[in-house]
Amino acid sequence: MSTNYLNIDHVGITFPTDNGPLTVLEDVNLKVNQGEFITLIGHSGCGKSTVLNIVAGLLQANIGGVILEGSEVDTPGPDRAVVFQNHSLLPWLTVYDNVRLAVDKVFKKTKSKAERDAWTRHNLELVRMSHALELRPDEISGGMKQRVGIARALSMQPKVLLMDEPFGALDSLTRTHMQDALMEIQNALNNTVIMITHDVDEAVLLSDRIVMMSNGPNASVGEILPIELERPRDRLALAENPQYNHYRAEVVRFLHERHQQPEKR
Amino acid sequence: MSYQKLFQWNGLARAVTIGKRQLMNLLIPITALLVFGLIWSAGAQNIQTSLGAFPGPLAVMQQGITLYQEHQTEQDKAAAFYERMQQKADKARAQGKPQEKIDRYLQRKYTGPVTFPQQISISLITVMTGFIIASLIAIPIGIVIGMNQVLYQAFNPIIQLFKPVSPLAWLPLVTLVVSAVYVSEDPWLEKSFINSAIVVSLCCLWPTIINTAVGVSGVNPDLINVSRVLQLDWWTRTRKIVLPSSVPMIFTGLRLSLGIAWMVLIAAEMLAQNPGLGKFVWDEFQNGSSNSLARIMVAVLVIGLIGFLLDRMMLMLQRQVNWDKNAVLR
Repeated sequence: MSTNYLNIDHVGITFPTDNGPLTVLEDVNLKVNQGEFITLIGHSGCGKSTVLNIVAGLLQANIGGVILEGSEVDTPGPDRAVVFQNHSLLPWLTVYDNVRLAVDKVFKKTKSKAERDAWTRHNLELVRMSHALELRPDEISGGMKQRVGIARALSMQPKVLLMDEPFGALDSLTRTHMQDALMEIQNALNNTVIMITHDVDEAVLLSDRIVMMSNGPNASVGEILPIELERPRDRLALAENPQYNHYRAEVVRFLHERHQQPEKR
Repeated sequence: MSYQKLFQWNGLARAVTIGKRQLMNLLIPITALLVFGLIWSAGAQNIQTSLGAFPGPLAVMQQGITLYQEHQTEQDKAAAFYERMQQKADKARAQGKPQEKIDRYLQRKYTGPVTFPQQISISLITVMTGFIIASLIAIPIGIVIGMNQVLYQAFNPIIQLFKPVSPLAWLPLVTLVVSAVYVSEDPWLEKSFINSAIVVSLCCLWPTIINTAVGVSGVNPDLINVSRVLQLDWWTRTRKIVLPSSVPMIFTGLRLSLGIAWMVLIAAEMLAQNPGLGKFVWDEFQNGSSNSLARIMVAVLVIGLIGFLLDRMMLMLQRQVNWDKNAVLR
């Protein structure tokens, strides 16, 4: 494992608004190792998505920058695949075609047509969506759409997988299924992941480190909590685990304090 | 009453309710049409024109039948004419006349008057020609200006300026330009046809341009982000994301355009003397016989019916190609 696989270095971003410039992020620093699962947690409007979008290249930092494997990130690209909160599947394409679009784009030169077909099917198999290849997004449930969104992102074989509250719009039962599925995939593929969440349990269950962000504007990294729980993790066993509950309490305490004193940095 | 009976009774009651609703769905429009017919009939008797009383529904229906019979008669005459020519040609061949002379008989065209159904089909061909030309121009322009804010701002005043222009204003200009540019000894297409089609195009371009541009510029930003992450090139992005996403709006524009095209066509044909429905109305007006008003009224109803059918046709097409099957189209 190389250190400094992904380096978010002194990132700051300012947006012009009608009431003058608004500094959303200030001095955000985070070093991510290869294969690490990071969650970003914080109150609404603290700029979590902005951090993710800067790593994705969809937004450009005004100060500082993002370095991935030694080169700076300044445009979006498939090496930093994004799973969007609202799935963002193309509604006029089937499940298969949605993933195939990404596969065709990324592996146009390196894989033959048959290989690309097999790779598309393989990734949909990973998220257990092989039964719905010919269905369109509006014919499947919200959880299934999100699975396809994840398959599309995985199919690009990204260096970093970025997930913007991927399960935020799902009901809690579906969400637990999706978390288990994600852990299973992560065990197999060991991707580097940055995921945004509002859900404390989700953060503790999935992460290697939880990055807790201070409140915006001028948001930054507040505390970083390493989660040293053995993998594979099992949600039922962990529910009774004192260490798990300690981590949980830590995150809740942080969020609670920030809620009480929004000005605290 | 036992539960089972109650259940059956409920089912029956529901069936009756549904039946009633369907009956009402039929009954209401039919009643409305009948009432309209009565008012028309009563009102028409009180309107005296220089050509006699304004025609009521019955007179119009009679003229409709007459127009169809005239068409039948003409068809028969034409068939008889071609048969006669064939006989002459056969006779000439038997007499050993040169091939040239035989061909002359066979190539001779029947030159009877254009009948009402033929005029309808000429009108339809003209309007579709104009509409297709307009769509081929308008959709690409709409896509380009929808994707580019600068071009949109540049084109917008031009579009707004020409959008409200009446076909009657365009026609003289088009006629003169076509006469100057389209010079041919043996014209493949009638000038009147070209004039009408171009005027139709000029008038029905705009809704398609505007709606296409709005559809293209309104693509869900999340989908645009997807295309950015995938680093899709301009062409792939347009084909795979922008175009499909704006298909509903493009079709809304096309439907509006076809409606305008059909409305404009009648005026254009009147002035351009394209032998379609517009010319029919004009000729009947000039003719001024006691039947003229009823015949014009037939044309009015036919024009309305065809306009309605064209719109339904576009609606069906729109439903076919629309990916958003939940959208309510009407």
